[in-house]
Amino acid sequence: MSAGAPQNRVVLGALLRKELRVELRSFSAVPAMSLFSVTTFVLFHFALQRNALSDDLASGVLWVTLLFAAVLGINRLFVADAEQGGFDGFLLSPADRSVLLYSKALTLLAYLLVLELVAVPAFALLLLGPALWPALPGLLVVLALGDAGIVVIGTLVGALAVRTSVRDLLGPMISLPLLVPVLLCAARAGAPVLGAGGAGALPLRWLVTLALYDLVFGLITFAVFDFLLED
Amino acid sequence: MPRGRLEVATLAALELRGLTRHYGERLALADVSVDVEAGQTLAVLGPNGAGKTTLLRLLATLLRPHGGELQVLGHTLPAENWAVRGRIGLLGHEPLLYRELSARENLGLYGALHGLDGDERAGELLAAVAMERRADEPLRTLSRGMVQRVAVCRALLHDPELLLLDEPRANLDPAASELVEPLIGRASGRTRVIVSHDPAGVLAEADLVLGLVRGRVHVLAGAAELDAGALVELYR
Repeated sequence: MSAGAPQNRVVLGALLRKELRVELRSFSAVPAMSLFSVTTFVLFHFALQRNALSDDLASGVLWVTLLFAAVLGINRLFVADAEQGGFDGFLLSPADRSVLLYSKALTLLAYLLVLELVAVPAFALLLLGPALWPALPGLLVVLALGDAGIVVIGTLVGALAVRTSVRDLLGPMISLPLLVPVLLCAARAGAPVLGAGGAGALPLRWLVTLALYDLVFGLITFAVFDFLLED
Repeated sequence: MPRGRLEVATLAALELRGLTRHYGERLALADVSVDVEAGQTLAVLGPNGAGKTTLLRLLATLLRPHGGELQVLGHTLPAENWAVRGRIGLLGHEPLLYRELSARENLGLYGALHGLDGDERAGELLAAVAMERRADEPLRTLSRGMVQRVAVCRALLHDPELLLLDEPRANLDPAASELVEPLIGRASGRTRVIVSHDPAGVLAEADLVLGLVRGRVHVLAGAAELDAGALVELYR
């Protein structure tokens, strides 16, 4: 065994394997997120007394549900590290601090992808009026940009809240206002795709706004993440 | 009770000058000065809330000093934290291990963080603490003593020059204490800082003793100059 400067690629792989193993053995985040989304769709189904939503309403219901489910994942993102000392273990090592950011961002992205694999079909089954297949290509574009926004903001807020004693309160309190523009842009961008008269064209204006918002918060998160980890 | 500052001329592994740290309004550590030569052992004693753990976390680069000067392994902290991370082994109250992972998986993770190739050293350390047989079970299924043995492996995995030990034998039975002795005891040859509540025990293995009360230095002397009875006074 020989020691050298840790390679970012190797460290990232090790951190991602750790995240995967911890989640697969504890089921602390993804099942809660998925169950929450399906339950919420069922509640909307009965509350609205409709089973064929389309346009703005369909898009709004989908994105509000995904956003709240994502907040559950954001709250769990750093918990194992904070409670079991993984933060200190990482900080004691010479590994590049930004690798932790990448690993957490990719982990949250994986949470969201699994969530959407469950939530989108459930949404189509319980609430969506128009057929899902024609809408899917456009919806995937909106989901990708929306996920990017949730990932950068969620990673930033997760790192910010986890060292406080009120992280369960602080996480949603900070993340939800920051995620409002993501919700607004994604819901507006997704509405034509879920149109009652068939999937319409994606509105470029909302997609560009969402992409710019993602970019700005991506840069902010990258810039301040190391600072958040230190004392 | 003897007081003062020990002067050590050469090869200082630790140099603390007026080290101060507070948490908000509360002073955790005030004006602590001590030199520790490479290979020496500094024992830190004091009642609960004396600042012992804060001192260890400052030395480990996990906290930043609010006053004074701190040199660790020849580097000024916190400006050169990067230069000493990876050369320090910390064994504290928390094992810094993931409960859902096995001992081998935890050590594999830390090996990657420290740029180690392969898992030979992890295997050697697990064998040394008699944890090979349970090395693939999640830590949540192990006793606290077993987890502590794995934590010893984690702290030593990257062969650190400086060992920071906070009650290192907590949760260990006598047999396990014997197992870890060659790894973290005086025979390891490393510079060590040991936090303990056992004055008689640490006097036997320390070169210097630092007694803290409410963050301030009450005792600083060579271990040979002290007796355990005098150190018990720190706790009254």
